[in-house]
Amino acid sequence: MLLALFSDIHGNRPAFAACLEAARARGAERFICLGDIVGYGADPEWSVETVMELVAQGGLAVRGNHDNAIGSPSESMNADAQAAIDWTRARLSAAHRQFLAELPMSVEDEDRLYVHSDASSPTRWRYVQSAPDAARSMIATTAQVTFCGHIHRPALYSLSATAKMTSFIPTSNAPVQLLRGRQWLVVAGSVGQPRDGDPAASFLTFDTRTREVTYCRVPYDVETAARRIRDNGLPPWLAQRLILGR
Amino acid sequence: MAKSPVHPGAVIDGFIVGECVHAGGMATLWSVTRPDIDRPLLMKIPRVAEGEDPAAIVSFEMEQLILPKLSGPHVPACFGIGDFAHQAYVVIERISGETLYKRLPELPLSYEEARALVAGIATALADLHKQHVIHHDIKPSSIMFRPSGEVVLIDYGLSCHKHLPDLLQEEFRLPYGTAPYMAPERLTGMRNDPRSDLFSLGVLLYFFTTGVRPFGETETLRGMQRRLWRDPHPPRQLKADYPLWLQEIVLRCLEIEPKARYPTAAQLAFDLSHPDQVKLTARAEKVNRDSITTVWRRRFNRGMIQPESVADVAAQIASSPIVAIAVDISEATEELNAALRVTAARILATLPAARLACVNVLKLGRITIDRTLDEQGKNKHVDRLVQLQHWASPLKLDASRLTVHVLEAVDPASAILEFAKANQVDHIIIGARQDSVLRTLLGSVSAKIASEANCTVTVVRPPRPAARGVEGRAVIK
Repeated sequence: MLLALFSDIHGNRPAFAACLEAARARGAERFICLGDIVGYGADPEWSVETVMELVAQGGLAVRGNHDNAIGSPSESMNADAQAAIDWTRARLSAAHRQFLAELPMSVEDEDRLYVHSDASSPTRWRYVQSAPDAARSMIATTAQVTFCGHIHRPALYSLSATAKMTSFIPTSNAPVQLLRGRQWLVVAGSVGQPRDGDPAASFLTFDTRTREVTYCRVPYDVETAARRIRDNGLPPWLAQRLILGR
Repeated sequence: MAKSPVHPGAVIDGFIVGECVHAGGMATLWSVTRPDIDRPLLMKIPRVAEGEDPAAIVSFEMEQLILPKLSGPHVPACFGIGDFAHQAYVVIERISGETLYKRLPELPLSYEEARALVAGIATALADLHKQHVIHHDIKPSSIMFRPSGEVVLIDYGLSCHKHLPDLLQEEFRLPYGTAPYMAPERLTGMRNDPRSDLFSLGVLLYFFTTGVRPFGETETLRGMQRRLWRDPHPPRQLKADYPLWLQEIVLRCLEIEPKARYPTAAQLAFDLSHPDQVKLTARAEKVNRDSITTVWRRRFNRGMIQPESVADVAAQIASSPIVAIAVDISEATEELNAALRVTAARILATLPAARLACVNVLKLGRITIDRTLDEQGKNKHVDRLVQLQHWASPLKLDASRLTVHVLEAVDPASAILEFAKANQVDHIIIGARQDSVLRTLLGSVSAKIASEANCTVTVVRPPRPAARGVEGRAVIK
């Protein structure tokens, strides 16, 4: 089965719609959301509703820190993120808010674990951005493959049977087989706010039969997404960074 | 994991296990068959028992990742991989015959045989590098041959692939590989420079032509590190009859700094295929190693040298293309030949590592017996070479970047296409003949090349006077 995994959608409708279309075109049969459906972007309602539909059709979703902040105003955030969350909270219906509040912190599915950030302590929202961070996360789970997001930059780590780490910046559209002899940590890039210098939306596919993960990039209408942020009075940097991919 | 279930008669994922054909330190090889595959196959099983070298597992995993991604005549085709959860294996096509290792007792080979042999290996390596893979273990036992003579590179356990994680990256503190063949930069932990393979191939060429390994057989790290500052004895010191062009090639491959070597395997193959065109430098004549002052400077100033930032394999190849330009001296106008030169100059200006092969076709008659000498008794072939040199001289190219070739053929387009294929040409530049009676009669050479070449083709046409076409239509009206 081909899974499509989306992380850090952040209310960016044009990006999420483009990724969904690309994933379907590639034959994705099951959709998994790795958290942060909302925050930053100007289309939180549509984004949450779309994920709700995917889950109703057999998909999976886990909670991100921005999703959590909707129901927990005490979540600490920088000023731009806080402003966007306050704006978003007011836009969402009770049903949307309830859906976000009830999202699990992590989900295990066969030999795979889905979580938004570091699996060793999902509620602390620690970034996985180095080999030691990745090792801490992998040691904490028996899952052979962990999928996470949160840092908005794609990466792939592995931990060998002799406890040696490898780290790798994946090449777009070049499938990598996740061999069973080691543990893997697949860090998805961001659908709605990429920060690796490439503004194109990022998502993953994973083929459960061949065990191949593919990091996909989809160009989308960045201008519209940025304009909607500005038109809604959200912090201008949130629009500008979409164009820069930072 | 349970005891290995691999034994003659066992069936693993549809593969029927036959005899064990080789038991090495890292893996065992079994002959296998599968009813739906009509060629001989080999199953490679890693040694994973307790106490075995962990390198065996990691390098096996690397092969599992890389082999399914490879294609073409220079690699063994991969038919399946089994993972460590059940029975780890890879199944590849079985290449008949022996590896080049079997020929060590015959060394040194004749210069001509070694030249042709290493040209074939360089061609295979160029193909591998184009597939984003650095082999990292080029040595005689990694080299086999198809019945056609084409080289097949085997053993990818130490290789790295630009688009795959490098599992060996953190596994070993010490550089892993075959000591006599290992490039100096590998000793500093660098694994991302395709020119490391050219160094290893230089070691092989040196060994096969002199019978002596350039850096001996040392296995200690200390002994290996000497090659970071100490150059090998020039082959001419060992063999007085060693050809200058061959020493030029060997010592260029064995340069300590990767950037002083050939930029690509394809360019090395090109020189090995055209020994008469090799540009000789001071390397060719050397009979002594570098002076002790030079060696000391290298040894004690290493900290001063900033490691060069290496572009990836693909970028390295893309920046060092072999460009072939077809120059028609006999029929094309001066205007067209000038336009060709402008186009060539533009490409060469942007790519300092590119090289230009100027090609001219000396057309042979289909029926008549051609004479080498023309009416005035001049050698036509030599005359054309001189004219090509003359055409290229305004480009002011360093001689190491320019070669000239006269092909004798009945069909110019086929001859140019064949030249491009045999020399791994990346880009062909050809002029479009205008309003030629010949073109009408024989069809366009450039059109045939543009449609059939395996690489980029640029067709150069000097501006056509626009008015003529309009007038032409007016006349028809």
